[in-house]
Amino acid sequence: MNRWLKPAVFFLALVPLALMTLQILQNNLGPDPAQELAKATGEWTIRFLLLVLALTPLRHLTGITQFVRHRRMIGLFALFYATIHLLVWMSFLLSFRWLAIGEELTERPYITVGFVAYIILLALGVTSPKAMVRRLGKNWKKLHQLIYVAAILAVVHLLWILRTDVWEAVLYGAVLAVLLSFRLFRFFFQHRS
Amino acid sequence: MLIKKPSDVKSSEITPENIYRNRRDFMKDTAALALGGSLLGGASSGLAQDGDALKARAPEALSLAAPAPWWESKFAEVTPAPDQEPYFTGETLTPYRDVTRYNNFYEFGMDKSDPSSRSGSFNIDPWSVEISGEVAKPGTYNLEDVLGPMQLEERVYRLRCVEAWSMVIPWIGFPLVDLIKRFEPTSKAKFVEFETLVDPDTMPGVTSRFAIVDWPYREGLRIDEATHPLTFMAVGLYGSYLPAQNGAPMRLVVPWKYGFKSIKSIVRINFRETMPNTTWNDLQANEYGFYANVNPDVHHPRWRQDMERRLPQTLFSRQYIETRLFNGYVDQVASLYSGMDLAVNY
Repeated sequence: MNRWLKPAVFFLALVPLALMTLQILQNNLGPDPAQELAKATGEWTIRFLLLVLALTPLRHLTGITQFVRHRRMIGLFALFYATIHLLVWMSFLLSFRWLAIGEELTERPYITVGFVAYIILLALGVTSPKAMVRRLGKNWKKLHQLIYVAAILAVVHLLWILRTDVWEAVLYGAVLAVLLSFRLFRFFFQHRS
Repeated sequence: MLIKKPSDVKSSEITPENIYRNRRDFMKDTAALALGGSLLGGASSGLAQDGDALKARAPEALSLAAPAPWWESKFAEVTPAPDQEPYFTGETLTPYRDVTRYNNFYEFGMDKSDPSSRSGSFNIDPWSVEISGEVAKPGTYNLEDVLGPMQLEERVYRLRCVEAWSMVIPWIGFPLVDLIKRFEPTSKAKFVEFETLVDPDTMPGVTSRFAIVDWPYREGLRIDEATHPLTFMAVGLYGSYLPAQNGAPMRLVVPWKYGFKSIKSIVRINFRETMPNTTWNDLQANEYGFYANVNPDVHHPRWRQDMERRLPQTLFSRQYIETRLFNGYVDQVASLYSGMDLAVNY
């Protein structure tokens, strides 16, 4: 059973990409597909981020250690969808106009915030192999705690983009708050005992 | 990818004018309608290039029922659009299904598909319009009294959303000035204010707990903008009645301004001495000004405005156009703003 679990999770995590590809090929994204695709890839990035943060709490709630074994893969998928999101924005929305891209990154805070989140995810992804864990030693854990910052920045990025109806961002924010408070709760408990 | 300038639009992409004008003839052409029905499926990506494509989109518009019998006779006598700018443009029309399925009308929901999918119970009969403020003839008029005396004409305008996408839409309606004149605004009327209907029973977005819009939706124009020949009150599109999602029964079209100024489903027109509050300006003053003139040179905090996406697009044949000052209507409206700093009065 265990042998098939990782490949199964891998293929499941590719389903959003498959669905989006299907929609692109069927021209099912509406009259402004570039915008729709940017929105969809961003949403999936956040969902994978929240999922990776949920793995440890799930392990503690259910006692099933399997959950945390998928942390790296799910985290890398968050980076994967974030990369597609960034590429969609740079290519389909800004046509690789580098000057414009530079202006957007620096002049619009809501984009800057998203980009910083991306850089964090990139750094975490690059340092995810076992060799890097060994090389960084103690610092690896400290570096990878930046996942919390990345998740918060990603939700802020979304909140900032939505102009009026914020229920989706509020929902993600609420989930994030629950997951973070779980961490804080455990942190304090550990230090007590 | 191609970044097209308006002058690069090929002549093959321009809807042949005679096809467009003979709308009533091909409305009667049921054989073409049958053909058009089969062309409709899968034709979402192509731009309306020629008469056949236009016929393919006509069936949906024509199948709309008249809101009330008196509408039919008004729509039977629509003056066709002229053959040159500014009341007509040769740019490719945005297909009917995109015009009616990609809308910002938050009273029905936040997604672009919400207005078309969630306006099923929206009712425009009966409908009344309150005319108030600095006019000699204020009052609450029912729709038939408001629209009855108006002669309907067709105009093809560009519509530019502040979100940096744009469409080309064949509207049916009348110049707003012709309506305003009937109520005789006094010399104190310096501004015109408009309000949209708020109806929690038929507009599901209105009751959303997380929508921070303070209903009703309000917009406004300076009196010279409101009485400008270009300013249009639309009651139809593509030869037929306005669907709910496009602002039925009547909505403004102010083509040189960002789309949010073109307020929909109007229930009140108020004439004032002072500049009115407008919904988007109240929500975020640094992003949405009162004037909201299309201007690629005025920096917008949220969206880049130097280019626009002309819809519909596919991912691999994108239509990027350089944004034009006043959405290309600069010759007609620049004089309204002479001496004004457009970056300050955005």
